Amino acid sequence: MTLLTLKDFAVTRRGRDILRNVSLSVCPGELVGIIGPNGAGKTTLMRAALGLIDHNGQSTLAALSARERGRAVAWMPQQREIAWPVNVQTLVTLGRTPHLGTGQRPSAADQAAVDRALERMDLQSFRDRTATRLSGGEQARVLIARALAQETPLLMTDEPIAGLDPAHQIATMKIFGALAAEGKSVMVSLHDLGLAARHCTRLIVLDQGGLVADGPPQDVLTAERVRVTFGINAFLQNTPEGLIFQPLDVVA
Amino acid sequence: MSRLALGLSALVATLFLAALVVGPAPLGIWHGLQALIAGGNGPEVLVMREIRLPRALLGLMIGGALGLAGAAMQGYLRNPLADPGLIGVSGSAALGAVLALQTGLAATVALGLPLAALAGALLGVGLVLALAGPRGSSLTLILAGIAISALAAALTSLVLNLSPNPFAANEIVFWMMGSLADRSMTHVAIAAPLILLGGVMLGSLARGLDALTLGEDAAEAMGVNLTRLRLVLIFGTAAVVGAATAVAGAIGFVGLVVPHLLRPLVGAQPGRLLWASAFGGAAMLLAADIAVRVILPARDLKLGVVTALVGAPLFLHLIYRTRQEGL
Repeated sequence: MTLLTLKDFAVTRRGRDILRNVSLSVCPGELVGIIGPNGAGKTTLMRAALGLIDHNGQSTLAALSARERGRAVAWMPQQREIAWPVNVQTLVTLGRTPHLGTGQRPSAADQAAVDRALERMDLQSFRDRTATRLSGGEQARVLIARALAQETPLLMTDEPIAGLDPAHQIATMKIFGALAAEGKSVMVSLHDLGLAARHCTRLIVLDQGGLVADGPPQDVLTAERVRVTFGINAFLQNTPEGLIFQPLDVVA
Repeated sequence: MSRLALGLSALVATLFLAALVVGPAPLGIWHGLQALIAGGNGPEVLVMREIRLPRALLGLMIGGALGLAGAAMQGYLRNPLADPGLIGVSGSAALGAVLALQTGLAATVALGLPLAALAGALLGVGLVLALAGPRGSSLTLILAGIAISALAAALTSLVLNLSPNPFAANEIVFWMMGSLADRSMTHVAIAAPLILLGGVMLGSLARGLDALTLGEDAAEAMGVNLTRLRLVLIFGTAAVVGAATAVAGAIGFVGLVVPHLLRPLVGAQPGRLLWASAFGGAAMLLAADIAVRVILPARDLKLGVVTALVGAPLFLHLIYRTRQEGL
């Protein structure tokens, strides 16, 4: 059983190939990091896989009805938009939207899902705070909790840890890891290759719209690959503390 | 929430009763209400059933419609400065009415004015949809609305400019200020079905508007059909605003101020703001229409003038408060 399969997937906008020839599948229990330089197509890959933008080729998620898709995958976009000064509890409860019938109010089960999400993101004490008055990092955590409250088999997030402090970056990656250990899967785009190396079970490297590498972090983050794709030299070592990746310098 | 619902409905009910008992005809409160309910042949029955009841009903419906449409428009655009007139419907409805007044259609054909205004609204919404496309972003909708509003305003000015008849021009200017005076049950019958239909359409958007708090991308990924939401919003707004403008003229500020005023009381949730604003809009318009009759009963003060006079300073105060909160 796979949670997402892309086959000969491509996106063309204004006559330019943004993505071409991508085939991959995500199985339960994976924490997939999507990495690549700016403009490589990370966001486009996820939005098109969800069916939010026009694409060619097959995506199992885009083929679902809007409602089924809302129960199959939770999507946290890069733009952290909170339009109205609602409280945190209300905002996180929005994640239950795909599970509610027309005119149905959130049930005790929905409330329990919201509570679990708030607890996971360590936000219980923020429940009654106004979401728009929180700091940027706190808002990011609230929005992650919203996506968690959707309780879908697959979670797709676009740079969720950008702007978080180190402790919350690590904590968030560990939460994603825990979800994967429970048999769910997470796809996360990120720029911090150190965290990607340490926490992801699998890395997908995009470069100029193509999928150039796909596999376990230590197989993907080779000196050659990092130099060609990211233009940097880096230190990579498997230690008793886990895999350590540290970018060192820009290739001249 | 239930306390707010209770408070708002009590306020609307009180103002509705007050609208029924306030007027130039010297009728006792009980005497008037008795005549309204029991009927009979006396002049007081005529005053109550043919003059005050339609006026109060129109105040209730149109106020509710404007409040609801304002809340829906603000929720969709995620902008507290949005107004139901933004998509150009009120401007084009007004143009239709002005043409009816100028050509004499309003005087010669029964209900010529409201029907011409509705035709104008229909044309306006058609043009907006053609310009913005059935599935564009909210920005294209605003731009198309501004373009249509500007065009309708320019054509209205042109009609006034070229009007050879000063009486018609005078009538047009007064009509554009908005009023509920001298309306009949026929006006109620024209507006009610459209306002009801549009109200149900807008009311069905609650969950989608709530989800839009997270942005268009996140809302769509949660199963909200944005194309459908946008169409329902446009047609619902066109129905209620078109009908309201057709029978009462241009009444501003209700759809802008009421949602802004009530937002803190519903925890800023756009879905809950819909019904609250419908009640609040009804209360504001009923109150303004009572004020029109009480303050200068002999001078035919126009309703739209009062809502703007009350609404603009209120709006300034709200902006000031928002600035102080640093939002």
